[in-house]
Amino acid sequence: MKHWLTTTVAASALMLALGMASAAAQETLDQKAKQGGAITITYKDDVATLDPAIGYDWQNWSMIKSLFDGLMDYEPGTTKLRPELAESYEISPDGKTFTFKLRKGVKFHNGREMTADDVKYSLDRVTNPKTQSPGAGFFASINGYEDVAGGKSESLSGVSVVDPSTVKIELSRPDATFLHVMAINFSHVVPKEEVEKYGADFGKHPVGTGAYKMAEWTLGQRLVFERNADYWNKGLPYIDKITFEIGQEPIVALLRLQNGEVDVPGDGIPPAKFQEVMADPEQKARVVEGGQLQTGYVTMNTTMAPFDNVKVRQAVNMAINKDRIVKLINNRAVPANQPLPPSMPGYDKAFTGYAFDVEKAKALLGEAGHPEGFETELFVMNTDPNPRIAQAIQQDLAAIGIKASIQSLAQANVIAAGGEKDGAPMIWSGGMAWIADFPDPSNFYGPILGCGGAVQGGWNWSWYCNKELDEKAAAADSIVDPAKAEERAKLWSDIYAKIMADAPWAPVFNEQRFTMKSPRMGGDDKLYVDPVHIPINYDYVYVNDVQ
Amino acid sequence: MIAYLARRLIQAALILLGVSLITFALLYLLPADPVRQIAGRSATPQTVESIRQQLGLDQPFIVQYWRYLTNLLSGDLGRSYIQRSEVSELIVSRLPASLLLMVGAILCELVIGLSMGLIAAVKRGTATDQALMVGSFIGVSAPQFVVGLLLLYVFAVKLGWFPIGGYGTWRHMVLPSLTLGILGAGWYSRMMRSSMIDVLRQDYVRTARAKGLAQRAVLFGHALPNAILPVVAMIGIDIGLFMGGIVVVESVFGWPGIGQLAWQAIQRVDIPIIMGVTLVSACAIVLGNLLADIVAPFIDPRIKLR
Amino acid sequence: MTSPIAPEIPAIAPPARPRAGVWSRLAKRPLALTGLVIIAVTVAGALLAPYLTGYDPNEQLFDGLTLEGAPLPPSATFWLGTDLLGRDLLTRILHGARTSLIIGIVANGAALLIGTLVGITAGYFRGYIGAALMRFTDLMMAFPALLLAICLAAVFQPSLWIVAMVIALVNWVQTARIIFTETSSLAEREFIDAERTIGASTGRILFRHILPHLLPTIIVWGTLGISTTVLLEATLSYLGIGVQPPTASWGNIIFENQTYFQAAPWLVFFPGAAILALALAFNLVGDALRDILDPTQRGRA
Repeated sequence: MKHWLTTTVAASALMLALGMASAAAQETLDQKAKQGGAITITYKDDVATLDPAIGYDWQNWSMIKSLFDGLMDYEPGTTKLRPELAESYEISPDGKTFTFKLRKGVKFHNGREMTADDVKYSLDRVTNPKTQSPGAGFFASINGYEDVAGGKSESLSGVSVVDPSTVKIELSRPDATFLHVMAINFSHVVPKEEVEKYGADFGKHPVGTGAYKMAEWTLGQRLVFERNADYWNKGLPYIDKITFEIGQEPIVALLRLQNGEVDVPGDGIPPAKFQEVMADPEQKARVVEGGQLQTGYVTMNTTMAPFDNVKVRQAVNMAINKDRIVKLINNRAVPANQPLPPSMPGYDKAFTGYAFDVEKAKALLGEAGHPEGFETELFVMNTDPNPRIAQAIQQDLAAIGIKASIQSLAQANVIAAGGEKDGAPMIWSGGMAWIADFPDPSNFYGPILGCGGAVQGGWNWSWYCNKELDEKAAAADSIVDPAKAEERAKLWSDIYAKIMADAPWAPVFNEQRFTMKSPRMGGDDKLYVDPVHIPINYDYVYVNDVQ
Repeated sequence: MIAYLARRLIQAALILLGVSLITFALLYLLPADPVRQIAGRSATPQTVESIRQQLGLDQPFIVQYWRYLTNLLSGDLGRSYIQRSEVSELIVSRLPASLLLMVGAILCELVIGLSMGLIAAVKRGTATDQALMVGSFIGVSAPQFVVGLLLLYVFAVKLGWFPIGGYGTWRHMVLPSLTLGILGAGWYSRMMRSSMIDVLRQDYVRTARAKGLAQRAVLFGHALPNAILPVVAMIGIDIGLFMGGIVVVESVFGWPGIGQLAWQAIQRVDIPIIMGVTLVSACAIVLGNLLADIVAPFIDPRIKLR
Repeated sequence: MTSPIAPEIPAIAPPARPRAGVWSRLAKRPLALTGLVIIAVTVAGALLAPYLTGYDPNEQLFDGLTLEGAPLPPSATFWLGTDLLGRDLLTRILHGARTSLIIGIVANGAALLIGTLVGITAGYFRGYIGAALMRFTDLMMAFPALLLAICLAAVFQPSLWIVAMVIALVNWVQTARIIFTETSSLAEREFIDAERTIGASTGRILFRHILPHLLPTIIVWGTLGISTTVLLEATLSYLGIGVQPPTASWGNIIFENQTYFQAAPWLVFFPGAAILALALAFNLVGDALRDILDPTQRGRA
């Protein structure tokens, strides 16, 4: 049996070299980095739980990544996979067995050493329906998942502890995304004794192996993280203390940044101040721009007339003036023509999609039997700027005769309408279901474009179900060999091209991220627009003004 | 008195029961599924159903309500669906901020409202009186979000006297308190004016004047204490106005109180939080009204406890 | 329980008095006259909206935004500037007046109707029905009104008429309490007893005797209530749960534009001033009506 011994897997195009084990996580540290100092980050909304099995918000996602670690992670500022708590791993040739060798001497914040049992416990816990994890579905390819999800078992039969530092995970099907799954927060390793001690309040008392540990949490006001002196990745993190101040309006945060009281406003630059900041060279120099693994799109319910006609859906794609919509949000996005965002592996640069062409759109509507247009509804989440974007789309559609009335509702109501087969003819996705969970092209397919999501209560709001593409997707995801990653990405590009021919979505834009930092913040710019650690990679940034 | 109190408290309990039933029913009817919010977009239908069962959301309405009620009676408001914390803990962590805001608002109401009313009554019939009463009308007609944004623009953005938002020092309190209090100040100034005019007509004030007491002494020594009581007795009722107002004011100023908590919960059908905040608010309103009714007979003997 | 607007002091039923001359008496009061003028201007603006500006309220003009997507300040072309979608703000404010007035009249009319029916029924018939109805109004009083409105708006997905209904469902309570108090004191009076003894039907008593006595109160509360309604509609729309876009409402103009309020404060202050002016106008007129129609309530704000 041939095994690949691998230590680093690049998610995009990649070749992996054998025997880079020691170079992986113990990477060369930034020579300019200084140890020490404290920084302040602000957020508007409350931080919900910091339990890695549950947290799924903009704010807590990156915090959890700093408190906990998974078997895998990404090289800072990139989408390149690398082992984290694992030292190395092996993938069987059939792509169904993953064996992880754990790093030795990794300690939880409570001082106990992390072992293979903790990894198994964490996976059993996240998949257990009692945990109510929003990420449980990511583990569906592990053997025994069905039994655990169905409450028949408390333990995943596919996860076994070979010895205290070796975990073997067997899958029911080859899964090329599995290493990504081992890098998302939901798979991060938690200590059983602390989880049992705090029960449902574990999320308020997080104990992990991460670079930082929780020092203080005043609900609704602030959180303080302290440097974990015992962190296994020696030399990290650089900063001694991070204070997160909660309940700060973005506009306040920006002013406080200008006063030197805040180092990074977690919610970014408020729209009204964006031009002012970008017009000031001194401030602009401190703004870091980067791509975001996000696509804003309009779904068209392919089971509802007249959107069951592909020509109508194509006409909608041609009718939307994406450049103008991008302008409406201060050019903080780039127009999109395919489901995948540009920084995602599998994005096809050569693909042109449907150009903005009102005449052609009208002609297509005529061919579809609606020369006079028709009336329909466009659902949208009721927080700014989404109702505005919906109104821009509404006006564009009116130009080809489609009279779409807007249903601007709370997020939960829109999601509910999208999950009903005859619930919502069109939905503008902004504000919901937006950022990729991990940097892999498959993440934009499964629940939101595949047949699996086109069920009552699902997230495939266009109810698009193409069995042939489902098979192609399964085939692509069974290419586990990292050497064939490029081939796999190509397959995914083809899948998305075929989807766009059927046009269940009208992709509108990909948001760009603009992170602003105080002058004292140091570290590579890419750490401030880290595609995975959003908004910034706390473990690797540092401050310049410490002695 | 004790019998009266007992009766009122029983009534209050029944009212709260009704409030909980109506709110629960409304949330039950909400065309949104809390389980989808919990389960996330990768969840299999199996997981969704399992979570639904655990939360008891697959049960008929009556069973769900009964369960909520029995938990409530044992002091358990449940756990937030999204944040997974105890609702009571979340409310307790945010209540001080809201209470602080209300105290600030009451101070603003009293200081502004009473002094406006007092001056208007003394200067009755003059242009000052007219202007003050127009001012009080503006106070009761101004939408809070507009007042808040206007105060922010003038005093925080342009003049820089106060912070633009946030929570912490007394300076943070000024603008939100003023915004929340301006409506009440409008009412108070009108009540104070008429109450003061009534008092100034009374015999003992006339006697005091006849005795040659200085105008100032008459006003502050005799008239004011008598005029102020019926007005202050209304503070309990203010709580009802505040409970609506804080949702808006807290959202304009980014104030970390229960108004924001409720608003965020409604966005994501976090039913336990919405129920909790509604019940706490209703409690405050009922108690406020009770307080106002208990105080009333002490101030105005014409009113009897019924 | 009492309301801050009318302390619950058992009202002495007013004798029927002539309503003629109400208008002229209103016109003699400068404040009420100001209110009437504001209302007239708003109504005229709402009716004539399509003719007053050259723009469509929902048309997102190509030249209505800067290249960076910022709204335009007031100018000769756009008298009050443009909003974040490049629409003419003046046109939207004029059309927003329609929304405010429609909601003000429909929602408040419905609230008044419900409140009056409940109040009269409870006040006249007493007994179990009356007690039940009044306990129910007590219950409604205990709801934080805005939270209730938000929940209702989430259950019935909003349109103009749903918003009106939501507001009516929240706002009828005050009226019901006032009408109840007045009706119950009326029902105990001798002339009503006399009617009963001569065998007058309930309907006759209600419509010939009770209702006319209540009319002044209903008119006063109807006018003041419009002010409350206009404010509540604006607040719901400001929270993004009021009338649906692109229908203009003064509240949703502010909702859509407030992220820009530091850079473009006029986007908030013009519609804000409109809300204030209309609410103020109805309050001024309502207050004057109270003085004119009901001397017992004079001075009790």
